[in-house]
Amino acid sequence: MNETALLINTALASGTTLALAALGLLVNERAGVLNLGAEGMMLVAAVAGFAAALTTGSDTLGFLAAAAAGAALAALFAGLVIFLNTNQYATGLALSLFGYGLSAFLGVSMVGKSLSPRQTYEVPGLSDLPFVGPALFSHHPMVYVAIALAVAIAWFLYRTRAGLLLRAMGENPEPAHALGYPVRLIRLGAVCVGGALCGLAGAYVSLVTAPLWVEGLTAGRGWIALALTVFATWRPARVLLGAYLFGGVTVLQLSLQAQGVAISSHLLTMLPYLATIVVLVLISRNPAFIRLNMPASLGKPFRPGS
Amino acid sequence: MLMLEPRPAPSRVMTLASPLIALLLTALVAALLLAALGKDPLEGLRVIFAEPLSNRRQVSEVLLKATPLIVIALGLAVCYRANVWNIGAEGQFLLGCVGGGGVALWLTTQGIVLPKVLGLPLVLAAGMLGGMLWAGAVALLRDRYNANEILVSLMLVYVAQQSVNALVFGPWKDPQGFNMPQSAMFHASLHLPPLLERTRLHVGFVAALVLAAAVALFLFRSFRGFQLQVGGLAPAAARYAGFSSRSALWTSLLLSGALAGLAGAMEVAGPIRQVTPYLSTGLGFTAIIVCFVGRLHPLGIVVAGVLLSLMLIGGELAQSRLGLPNAMASVLQGLLLLILLACDTFIDQRLRWRRATGRAA
Repeated sequence: MNETALLINTALASGTTLALAALGLLVNERAGVLNLGAEGMMLVAAVAGFAAALTTGSDTLGFLAAAAAGAALAALFAGLVIFLNTNQYATGLALSLFGYGLSAFLGVSMVGKSLSPRQTYEVPGLSDLPFVGPALFSHHPMVYVAIALAVAIAWFLYRTRAGLLLRAMGENPEPAHALGYPVRLIRLGAVCVGGALCGLAGAYVSLVTAPLWVEGLTAGRGWIALALTVFATWRPARVLLGAYLFGGVTVLQLSLQAQGVAISSHLLTMLPYLATIVVLVLISRNPAFIRLNMPASLGKPFRPGS
Repeated sequence: MLMLEPRPAPSRVMTLASPLIALLLTALVAALLLAALGKDPLEGLRVIFAEPLSNRRQVSEVLLKATPLIVIALGLAVCYRANVWNIGAEGQFLLGCVGGGGVALWLTTQGIVLPKVLGLPLVLAAGMLGGMLWAGAVALLRDRYNANEILVSLMLVYVAQQSVNALVFGPWKDPQGFNMPQSAMFHASLHLPPLLERTRLHVGFVAALVLAAAVALFLFRSFRGFQLQVGGLAPAAARYAGFSSRSALWTSLLLSGALAGLAGAMEVAGPIRQVTPYLSTGLGFTAIIVCFVGRLHPLGIVVAGVLLSLMLIGGELAQSRLGLPNAMASVLQGLLLLILLACDTFIDQRLRWRRATGRAA
């Protein structure tokens, strides 16, 4: 395989985790809820998905179990922040810490087991094309699912009435409430969708990227996905682009290590985290720009009748 | 239907009762979890919550582990009261280990033996500088570029861990260490003096108590501390009063960085006595829980630090005595914080039975 094609291929593959998680977080942030528990949801989902795939032998069931696990944790978070008005930062953080512990607890018996490397899905007719075939059309199905989800979410947010309503929850829920829309239930739904997608992202790591389970497997990808939604100024297409860029950074780091570049591998491992900081700095430099793009009610609790 | 309605004033009773209720509920969940795993719930609870207090050695271990938790949480309390969301204390702690450990290692390998009153303060100061450097980076990026402090401080945790790895797998590796990724042991003059004979408990615990008093004085008796908290509670009021939010940001982050760094330096100069890749087991994150359980109050933090340390040691005992996964302790910690946040709802709000009117939201 051509080297550039290989680079693009692996960038897409490793960016998919971030794309899935950040798309989910985008949905709940667009509804006005900031869930810092992404990392915890991904970890628990990664374990759940891995366990399901290991026992049933079916990847589909693995991903479904992971999505359910992610959604369940998200529902717990939503119950606290939406119905009990707890602080969103503290609760999200608590969910991340709890998720880390729970995943380690549940995964004890699975450490050391691994799944066979995943088969890639060759898109019929297209995967034989020179260069673009290996780069774009020879992937695990979830890579295409992530792209389809980005398109679907963009269509939903900007082209449907329900999407408009969801965005209204994030901008200013008062008028929607006055019109009789169930603000809290819509937010609950959005948070659960966010959790389910973070779940898929977690399972993608434990079933496709790794494919195995160790404690703390996702290594901060949930947090990077949170940064990605800011970088993408809460737009699905930019989330996808950003995710593949970050995927590229990860791959670059791995290929530099493989080529035996004389930099300590520990310093190279820092790259994605440093890149996240750099990107956050670049995008946040102009406060007015962020304020213009950020859902206006992001992180603010909604108390009907107060 | 049951509705939550705001209380006219926050309930003082609930502020103090909430952590106790949360602890009871967490113990209840722990009992259920133990029963589900086929263990005797009462015996399990006894091992986790009472066994660590059963003898002198165990108690000393509890206080030893509580020391860094308390010191880190004191700094975090200042941050959270100023509404600055520093969640990367783990990274600042590690940089404290690097700073303090670096100086200690340099003195050791150069064969420089300083009197204890000179060498140790040098090590601790270097640790504080390391922590301040890491927290200062967060403050700088927040202040200059408006970058979110939650994400930046968290990302720096990973950078810190990799920095430690790069050092102990590289230049700091002990030449006589059989190629193990760890530094040489520090010279005996750089070890923190023990507090109790034949235990690992060191004077750092007393320092933690003194620091708690100092932070309490700063928060409740100094004008700077007052300004900081006004900024956290009511940013608009603080602006109107002319209190600088930038100075609150820098003060709280540098202070918490210094404390987390100090905690790191005390760990390497105390029980560890060398630099290894396994300096912290998530103490910086547990400290966040300590901070909330302790009501962001120095006195509460001392109590909560001992409690969380007890649960960590209890978790280790449950692993060896009952064959439970070690992660049990971190599940219970996370759960404690989640339940606590739910209970805290009833500080500002109360439940009322109200007839549903019109469309429900």
